[in-house]
Amino acid sequence: MTAPIIVTLTVNGEPVSQAVEPRLTLVDFLREAIGLKGTHVGCEHGVCGACTLRLDGVTVRGCLTLAVQCEGATVETIEGMTESGAMKDLQDEFVERNALQCGYCTPGMLMSAAELLERNAMPSREEIREQLSGNYCRCTGYQAIVDAIETTARKRGALGR
Amino acid sequence: MRLKPRAFEYVRARSLQDVFSVLDAHGDEAKILAGGQSLVPALNLRLAAPEIVVDVSAVEALSGITVVDDVLRIGAMSRYIEVATSDLVARHAPMIARAIPYIAHTAIRNRGTFGGSLCNADPASELPACALALKAVFNISSSAGERKIAASDFFLGTYTTALEPNEVLVSVEVPLTGPGSLFYFDEVARRQGDYAMAGLAARAEVRGGVLADARLVFFAVSDMPLAASAASALLEGKAPGSFDAEVVCEALAQTIVPLEDLTTSSATKLHLMKVLTRRALTDFAGKEA
Ligand SMILES: Cc1cc2nc3c(=O)[nH]c(=O)nc-3n(C[C@H](O)[C@H](O)[C@H](O)COP(=O)(O)OP(=O)(O)OC[C@H]3O[C@@H](n4cnc5c(N)ncnc54)[C@H](O)[C@@H]3O)c2cc1C
Ligand code: FES
Ligand code: FES
Repeated sequence: MTAPIIVTLTVNGEPVSQAVEPRLTLVDFLREAIGLKGTHVGCEHGVCGACTLRLDGVTVRGCLTLAVQCEGATVETIEGMTESGAMKDLQDEFVERNALQCGYCTPGMLMSAAELLERNAMPSREEIREQLSGNYCRCTGYQAIVDAIETTARKRGALGR
Repeated sequence: MRLKPRAFEYVRARSLQDVFSVLDAHGDEAKILAGGQSLVPALNLRLAAPEIVVDVSAVEALSGITVVDDVLRIGAMSRYIEVATSDLVARHAPMIARAIPYIAHTAIRNRGTFGGSLCNADPASELPACALALKAVFNISSSAGERKIAASDFFLGTYTTALEPNEVLVSVEVPLTGPGSLFYFDEVARRQGDYAMAGLAARAEVRGGVLADARLVFFAVSDMPLAASAASALLEGKAPGSFDAEVVCEALAQTIVPLEDLTTSSATKLHLMKVLTRRALTDFAGKEA
């Protein structure tokens, strides 16, 4: 029935197995069931991008994915990506450029930006803005965020990464 | 405020049989879950409150993009990202590859599915218009058997299709683009990823130097994708650069009254339809050679 279902997945490299209600979204599972609060929640219907995280290597909306859909899946959150250092340069550039103020949008922004740079090593500002169309920031006005992503791409290019 | 769906039961189907048994037992109290990019927001907002949700993502029969004889078959569960990056789609149905980047945002395209978009039948959606313009055929199954429906019979209204509650969309077949095929796809939206204020999926073939089988299909202007047949008929038998776009635009104005929505009036939508039509015809004329 609507009774909990056991779901087994990998979160930031660690195996996790828990009984969850089918209606529990992935972002609520991460935040409330396992205490990883780095992934934020805003609109809860897919519009704002605050809940953006990685599922099986690609970004998804944590609010539009049910935890029960993640059986056998690999989830990476901002905590895991920070710990591994996978986007340290991008994070440093966000700080350098003041690309965050309140920080509410930042984990989702970083997830979207990191994916863009993986798929397109030297995106134009236009392409960066297109990618960020799914991530709302109510503080910075985006200019600094676009700058930070563009600069990261240039620096990686110069380093041959 | 926190949003939370009403409680429901969840089943992960392994086969079409599994899906049928849930649908047969629960009727319209059951909902198919594909990419979830329309269903989960509806659950969160309690616009949908099914008793049971059947996840079809692991059903083999719904996956895959293949060429079978003279059609391109796209499995209903193919995610947008897969369709947008498929060589077969790029070669045989380039309009679809062109249309997908207009849908939503990357994280939603990583998850949303081709079949989910068609079954959701949002009148502002890109893919239903492509399906109609390309004369796609829908393969539908239930415990009672299989049937095929033409795109022109599939869409019945806003969020309404010819699917019965016990039926599953399995795949969609698109006739292969032949030599001499022209297509044009464009939309006007306020921001990247927003639903269109008006959009156009147009296709035609050049045979013996003149246009044949021309179809202008508009979206976000009616309660379903709208084939502008009077305007399309004006293109038949004419060389691509040889006619006056204003005559075609006039035919649109004479035959179509767009449905206004919350943000865009009927007059604005008609204006945008004309803008898109001029762009399409200019594009076709440039490909004359
Ligand atoms: C912020 C945001 C912006 C968006 N912008 C756009 C946009 O610009 N253009 C656009 O077209 N869409 C847009 N969408 C919607 C998105 O494209 C959805 O992914 C798509 O409409 C549904 O596909 P899905 O696989 O996610 O389906 P789901 O949400 O899983 O299902 C949608 C509906 O179809 C039914 N269904 C799904 N698969 C089948 C099947 N095989 N057989 C029978 N029934 C089935 C489900 O029961 C449900 O009723 C947007 C969504 C969001 C959240
Ligand atoms: S909380 Fe998921 S997109 Fe806003
Ligand atoms: S920094 Fe406040 S919302 Fe982006």
